[in-house]
Amino acid sequence: MRGLGRYVSLFGLQLRTSGLLAAQYRWDFLIDGALSVFSAAAALVPLFVVYADERRGIPGWSFEESLVVIGCFLLLQAILEGAINPGLVAVIEHIRKGTLDFVLLKPADAQFLVSTSRFQLWRVAGLVNASIVFTFAFTRLGRWPSAVGVLQMAVLVAAAVWILYSLWIVIVSAAFYVVKIDNLTYLFTSLFDLARWPVTVFRGALRVVFTVLLPLGLMTTYPAEALLGRLDWPTLVASVLGAGLFAAAARAVWLRSIRHYTSAGG
Amino acid sequence: MSLWRPLKVLPTLMRVGFAESLAYRAEMIIWVFATTMPFVMLALWSAVAHAAPVASSSGRSWGSAEFVAYFLTMFMVRQLVSAWAAWEINFEIRQGTLAMRLLKPLHPVWSFATSNVAAMPLRAAVSIPVLVVLFAVGAHRQLASDWRLWPLVPFALLGGWLIAFFANVAIGSLAFRMEQSLKVMDVWFTCFFVFSGYLVPTDLFPPWLRAVAAYLPFRYQLGFPVELLLGQHELGSALRMLAAQWAWALGLMTVALVLWRLGVRRFQAVGG
Repeated sequence: MRGLGRYVSLFGLQLRTSGLLAAQYRWDFLIDGALSVFSAAAALVPLFVVYADERRGIPGWSFEESLVVIGCFLLLQAILEGAINPGLVAVIEHIRKGTLDFVLLKPADAQFLVSTSRFQLWRVAGLVNASIVFTFAFTRLGRWPSAVGVLQMAVLVAAAVWILYSLWIVIVSAAFYVVKIDNLTYLFTSLFDLARWPVTVFRGALRVVFTVLLPLGLMTTYPAEALLGRLDWPTLVASVLGAGLFAAAARAVWLRSIRHYTSAGG
Repeated sequence: MSLWRPLKVLPTLMRVGFAESLAYRAEMIIWVFATTMPFVMLALWSAVAHAAPVASSSGRSWGSAEFVAYFLTMFMVRQLVSAWAAWEINFEIRQGTLAMRLLKPLHPVWSFATSNVAAMPLRAAVSIPVLVVLFAVGAHRQLASDWRLWPLVPFALLGGWLIAFFANVAIGSLAFRMEQSLKVMDVWFTCFFVFSGYLVPTDLFPPWLRAVAAYLPFRYQLGFPVELLLGQHELGSALRMLAAQWAWALGLMTVALVLWRLGVRRFQAVGG
């Protein structure tokens, strides 16, 4: 597998470039980090208001359990906005300007190159936020997740990242057809915002949509249930299989759309 | 800013703006999909209110019907009282294309304003399905029953939009002086989501948090028009809120125009 080795070293190279870029803008790094703590705290306000009166709450979820969901959300958000979104912005820019040619001409897979082109390392702050929320929630619960639970959660988070990445590829593919879509990242993040709450708040058809079609439930609710030690194995297996299906479909869409690309160069 | 010239060219600018909004309709649809947060919050609060209505500290009781009316109205009002000039201004300053606007014999703030306002018919059109749903599920019964409140609605919507727009211009103007003006916008938005009533009706806030919200512009931008439409205010308190809202609008307008004036002196387009 010489090909794989080449891609691993390419990945390392791209990550290093982003690291150097982050080191260049140190103040940005700090300010962005501070802002992310601020917005994470602000996002907790609705939950505090919901549970301000202990007689009310999200059915089936205590305050601490909902916090675990939010912790999973912050974790995934950090990955999404640190590793997935920046590339999305870059590729939309390429398509708009017609400079995607330079990527396509390179002797490596185009999807790989655009996906790894940019990382925002300050999003690590999001991981810190997530761990603060987790610590707070589990301290209040008075028990810690089991090893199996943590393992299950790790698998589910990996599956969630895989799905997010696939959704991202589908969205980028749309950029080949409709060009002026700087708003796409905004759409992506705001749809992802749905995952902030346990999927059980949605009822009926919406619940099906957010579990199967746009598997937000899988992304945050299931990992949280795994940490809380109440996830059953079939759900886990189904989630991983679903993620695989998602990825395959996204790759197909990407390959189709890239044929549609007409350069704007001159 | 003289008023006569803008009024003369306003119809043309509006036509241009409307044509622009038609041309970028796909982008607008995406934006609308990105503002579906009220529906999510509706789901959350309905789940909470499922067992028993939620009682606010002011004594109002929020059942499912109240939440449906609140968040559907919230969605529609959000379409109308939003502005995006900060991004436009920031982009044009960075790219130097602001020079083209400065050459025109009209204050650029007017052209930013008209391009925002001209997109409204299309944005309002997007709300029609939501309005239909509002009536279909019977949530229209929650709308204000006191007819004296209705004449205030257009002013409340306009006041809300003015707050949004001039906050945008003020923050956009910071781009003349600082690299990261859009980060200020992020902070603004974070506060906006919390304090405007967008995620949680301010009525449900604990009293101290509601007191904080009363001193910030966000609730006047979005929460107040919604509350007014739902008849949550008596005429007297509605008028007081309206006065506070317009005070914010005029205050922000002053700040925005001053910041613009101070900033534009430093503007240097990179010629080509």
